[in-house]
Amino acid sequence: MNSHEMAASNPSPGTLAGWVESRVRLVVEQASYAYSASGASAPNFTLGPVTFSARQREIVGILGPNASGKSTLLSVIAGEVKALSGRVELDGKPPADLPLRDRAQRIAIVHQESNLLFPLRVWEYVLQGRYPYGRRLRFENEADCLMAENALAQVGAAHLTDRRMDELSGGERQRVVLARALAQQPQLLLLDEPTRYLDIGGKVELMRRLRRLSEENRYTAVVVTHELNLAAEFFDAVVLLQGGKCVAAGKPEDVYRRDLLEEVFKTQLEVEKTATGRPRVILRGQEQQNDATQGDSADQKKESGGADKDLQ
Amino acid sequence: MRPLTPKRIAWICAGLAAILFVIVVFSLEVGASPISVTDVVKTLLRGTAAMFTGNWGSIPPSNKLIVFGLRLPRIALAVLVGAALSVSGASFQALLRNPLADPYVLGVSSGAALGAIFSLAWFPHFAWTMQILAFVGALLTIAAVYFLGRRGGQLDSTTLLLAGIVAASFLSAIIMFLMTTLSGRDLRGMAFWLMGDLATPPALRLRFLFIILLIAIGAIYTTASDLNLILTGEREAHHLGVNVARVKLVVYVGASLLTGLAVSVSGAIGYVGLLIPHVVRMFFGSDYRLLIPASALGGAIAVTLADTLARTIVAPTELPVGAMTAAIGAPVFIYLLRRRLT
Repeated sequence: MNSHEMAASNPSPGTLAGWVESRVRLVVEQASYAYSASGASAPNFTLGPVTFSARQREIVGILGPNASGKSTLLSVIAGEVKALSGRVELDGKPPADLPLRDRAQRIAIVHQESNLLFPLRVWEYVLQGRYPYGRRLRFENEADCLMAENALAQVGAAHLTDRRMDELSGGERQRVVLARALAQQPQLLLLDEPTRYLDIGGKVELMRRLRRLSEENRYTAVVVTHELNLAAEFFDAVVLLQGGKCVAAGKPEDVYRRDLLEEVFKTQLEVEKTATGRPRVILRGQEQQNDATQGDSADQKKESGGADKDLQ
Repeated sequence: MRPLTPKRIAWICAGLAAILFVIVVFSLEVGASPISVTDVVKTLLRGTAAMFTGNWGSIPPSNKLIVFGLRLPRIALAVLVGAALSVSGASFQALLRNPLADPYVLGVSSGAALGAIFSLAWFPHFAWTMQILAFVGALLTIAAVYFLGRRGGQLDSTTLLLAGIVAASFLSAIIMFLMTTLSGRDLRGMAFWLMGDLATPPALRLRFLFIILLIAIGAIYTTASDLNLILTGEREAHHLGVNVARVKLVVYVGASLLTGLAVSVSGAIGYVGLLIPHVVRMFFGSDYRLLIPASALGGAIAVTLADTLARTIVAPTELPVGAMTAAIGAPVFIYLLRRRLT
């Protein structure tokens, strides 16, 4: 697999400098952020200084337990909020300083909680991704339709074009949401827990697809996920957060240290190497040891268990 | 893939306008004084010509009085109120991301009514104060309901509707209080007006009111593409490049203006703003670029029809049109509600 070669060609594993190269797209350097109830009060939540960078076609995973600041970091990268210190740059420009529509042409974000008020057709939804490319009040032209068709074909959802959004299954919906992001033709694709409502087969399929799309469309992707094993298998780098602090960042094989993961996730774990040289996390202790290859932690299974409840 | 084109919008609107015309002719025809459909159409055509030539002599005076003097102003008012209410309903539904939102349910109509009554009680002789105070009342009410309807920084649809209902009943209490200060002669007219009534011609020239209507609908229409995205969520719209704060400001002010306009000339007519956009959605989909003009025409059709029924069904007495829209609207609303839930 391509990603493995890219990782293997790395000159000095273990250091950030090892995978930062000249064609760096996204730079996050000592970026931090803090939430507080009001301007004067002490912050309720502080996100750490975080440092990492990513090149074209690279996928970076943001990992960590619940409330560790993953989504906050994603917001900072998206330019939704401005980093309090440090710098975040996409192709040399801080996303938070870009005008809204320029930003929407460069950065696409896929959230899970999109619930529609009135049922749309799939093609209507995907065409929304063309919004940043026209006047405010606009009518889509043939080029927009072509782009939307391509995006749907790329995610293997061309057959869904005329279906209604509220009739789709979780996996189908996920692909359509991804297609809208592709129709934006972004340089940076941000995904917030894209695997949340998918079964194990759907998760692997999505990861393969993200990998392939990042090769085809040459974007950089940053993915917030709870899937430690999938991240290790498919991503070029991971950032591990705990309580708003960045405890490790780098290639999965360097970040996935047993003592570190046990401390961060408060669970007894084991880390082994797969045949491809990627780390794999296994639950230790309880009887669950046998199915540990399928999931990453008990907590996470609980989350994916509620698979279809939000689909309506 | 069949994206919406301006041509399709034009065709659908032309169709709705034709239906509206038929209903207007029908409405001109029915009533206490007899006049035939042919006479109505003839009078309308000659009257339109006369506006340019100034030659009113070719129209029989009685026909002229019935059509242009008595019935047309009231129908024009119905068209104005229907268009204003349903566009403001469609706007609130998008902004608040709540399919049950409309100026009446949210208490915005009551706020506008209170403003209008203030102006009647305090400045009875100034033209425009009624419209202006109704607009201010509508704007203040939607702002209050918006802030009361939030929970933990998020707009919560149940809380929002409850806030609207509470606001409406509170404002009604103040209206009742103000009404006790009015003399008996004004009271019946006022009570009638509160239920929604098109019988009283407004103090202002209709053409000015129509200009305001078109400006407000036009301003809202400039944000139609943005509203489509806001329907999928404010945050997502923001990520796609929509300036959400600007859109909200334009549409809240525009929708409040429309509500204030409608209430100041006709009192609080319910269900139009709620139902018409839904019915239009059922036929033509929920794209706001089409929904806004189609709702305007649909609302005009509905209120014209309702008012025609209201003034003929128990003739020679008249019902307030608000009673008519509620009598038809409530069952339709229950039907739509139940269909949503199953």
